Amino acid sequence: MQRKKECVAMLLAGGQGSRLYALTNNIAKPAVAFGAKYRIIDFPLSNCINSGIDTVGVLTQYEPLELNEYIGNGQPWDLDRAFGGVHILSPYQAKKKQSWFEGTANAIYQNISFMKKYNPEYVLILSGDHIYKMDYAQMLRAHKATHADCTIAAIEVPMKEASRFGILNCNPDGSIYQFEEKPKQPKSNLASMGIYIFTAEKLFKYLEADDANPDSSKDFGKDVLPAMLNAGERMFSYRFKGYWKDVGTIDSLWESNMDLLGEDSAFDVSDAAWKIHSRNPLAPPEYIGAKGVVRNSMVALGCEVEGSVEHSVLAANVVVEEGAVVRDSVLMAGTVVKKGARVEYSIVDENVVIEENAVVGEERGKGAGIAVLGRNITIGAGAKVAGSKILDKDYRGE
Amino acid sequence: MAHSAVGVIFSNIHDENVPELSRHRTMASIPFGGRYRLIDFALSNMVNSGITTVGIVTKNNYQSLIDHLGSGKEWDLARKDGGIILLPPYSDETDAPYTTRLEALMSITGFLNHRNEDYVVISDCDGIARVDINDILRFHEEKGADITMVYHRETTPVESSYFITLQPDETGRLKGLQINPKLKKGPFNLYVNIMVMSREFLINTIQDAVTRGLSSFGRDILTKHVDTLKLYGYEFGGYFATMSSVGDYYSHSMELLRKDVRDELFGARDIYTKVRDSAPSKYGDTAVVRNSLISDGCVIEGEVENCILFRGVKVGKGSVVKNSIIMQDTVIGSNVTLDCVITDKNVVIRDRRHLAGCESLPYFVGKGRML
Repeated sequence: MQRKKECVAMLLAGGQGSRLYALTNNIAKPAVAFGAKYRIIDFPLSNCINSGIDTVGVLTQYEPLELNEYIGNGQPWDLDRAFGGVHILSPYQAKKKQSWFEGTANAIYQNISFMKKYNPEYVLILSGDHIYKMDYAQMLRAHKATHADCTIAAIEVPMKEASRFGILNCNPDGSIYQFEEKPKQPKSNLASMGIYIFTAEKLFKYLEADDANPDSSKDFGKDVLPAMLNAGERMFSYRFKGYWKDVGTIDSLWESNMDLLGEDSAFDVSDAAWKIHSRNPLAPPEYIGAKGVVRNSMVALGCEVEGSVEHSVLAANVVVEEGAVVRDSVLMAGTVVKKGARVEYSIVDENVVIEENAVVGEERGKGAGIAVLGRNITIGAGAKVAGSKILDKDYRGE
Repeated sequence: MAHSAVGVIFSNIHDENVPELSRHRTMASIPFGGRYRLIDFALSNMVNSGITTVGIVTKNNYQSLIDHLGSGKEWDLARKDGGIILLPPYSDETDAPYTTRLEALMSITGFLNHRNEDYVVISDCDGIARVDINDILRFHEEKGADITMVYHRETTPVESSYFITLQPDETGRLKGLQINPKLKKGPFNLYVNIMVMSREFLINTIQDAVTRGLSSFGRDILTKHVDTLKLYGYEFGGYFATMSSVGDYYSHSMELLRKDVRDELFGARDIYTKVRDSAPSKYGDTAVVRNSLISDGCVIEGEVENCILFRGVKVGKGSVVKNSIIMQDTVIGSNVTLDCVITDKNVVIRDRRHLAGCESLPYFVGKGRML
């Protein structure tokens, strides 16, 4: 008997995420830290394993080293399997040609042999830049029930924002009659989430045709999906109701982190029935000092807080010294805020040192945007980093 | 690696020191420091010293220990050769399971024979310390010792039901060794239940003990042969805490609130433990947390001062928790006050309850109780 997997997931993790600026100088967007202990890719990977999908190809291209190391053998997500499991798929040199992944569809096309090895009936295409919890098994059931060739997960977005998304125009039965990529005058507010289930043989057929087409830009949204629709294939939308956020920009990354806070938080990562798996920091419990204040915040292991932390997300081993204030901010692992320093409305990447009495960012609501500090830099004592500023080098002040 | 050594950890010895905490588990699996079990310290010391094979001797109540250890991967001890090897009691028709350390060692001679490391490091789980075992092995080789026993200078008497004190001369060689001596005031050299010897010496000693029908390692081998064997004491000068009573457990837990203690135990190298993929802890708008260690998965909406909170603890609004150790998944409702309380795992304290103990006798709430 030939061994097979009913559904194989392919996770597109090669994007640069240029709108995250300094945060993705040296790492791929899916490896960006989120929610005190997670990385963005933990969400699609956890969704896979929680949905019973145990074979995942992760397509990497841009700055893959840290992402590869993070995924490792997949054990933290229970994806170290004898047959299946998680596999890193990088561009490779082949006998006939060698090429980088040229577009989302081309990246999947170049790994057709990986998918075929599992002889799947369905292929789930995911992207590595969204924060959400979703049961793909339920979506697969819908795909089977409608006898679709392709099912696209879709979420309602506010009408005024609809022109930022790929919009699906659907019949009452959910079948799609038109795609509009970032339409100026959207007809509907049903946005594609970039999550597709294909019947495998159809996917392989259209990928091969797309590869042979010299005019194609090798993109799912622009080329493959319209080609299938034009050819009259059965394409359905799958309505997702729940929290979903594209964290491709500084603002949305900040907002999504803040959505974890509060009593009835918009997004909950502590659901025992839908655990978000990740690599866990090796650190003792966090210590809140005798003068420490921590309110309305999320704090990871290994932190030492002697100062004041409000409405913020602190990743592992962050230090906030006495008299320091952190407000409305996201601090990634290993960052140190020294005595008397102040961090307001900022995203600070890993292992940043903010020296004594330095000020980073401006109070939220005073007009300035989010300040961003790239990893491994030092902000000198007493230096002032203005709101909206993005820094990726040491800064000693003007 | 300079030395090759295999580890042997006794998981049950000294259970009787802390009966409340060891009722449902071995000494090894008693929770400590917010997210650890006592065995994590002994195991991490071995792993951080380059030991890759550790036999764990169990006797009873060891389900929670097996659950904690799993495949050993969290300690990097899921290995093709060696790794964590559980050694449950072995008995046949003629022999009952062991009752002493020496009998336990007799029952694991198969394990010892099959290894090829030069040395054996034997450790119990009642001590918390950051020990570099390579330093002990180096000392052992330099002295040409038969057995090297690690000790710590203590000034206050211990409450343990079984303990050993050492009297080394200026070179470290033991002139005397006493079991359960009557101690008035310190200082004295408390054996910390870590010893080193060559594997060959241990196997020969065990065989000799079998043929002569000996039963106690301390009485029949150590004290009897202080003059004939080369027994050495190695002084460990760092932070050491022993769990000789529930009072000890309480006060040593509270010592973790000191920065110097935390830096020594957790600073230089990692202490490994089982992970459970808890979410980071969440502090509510009404949270007031001072001088406390908080583990992951907690949700705090009340006031917490001078406390150790384990994973997944909930503290409701209006509650005030002081000087307490709250273990895994304990749920504290709203408007509760706790002072000097230890709650074991999965305790529920309902709204408006008030409990208090004192520092020398903390109020203990058993596993899974609902108040």
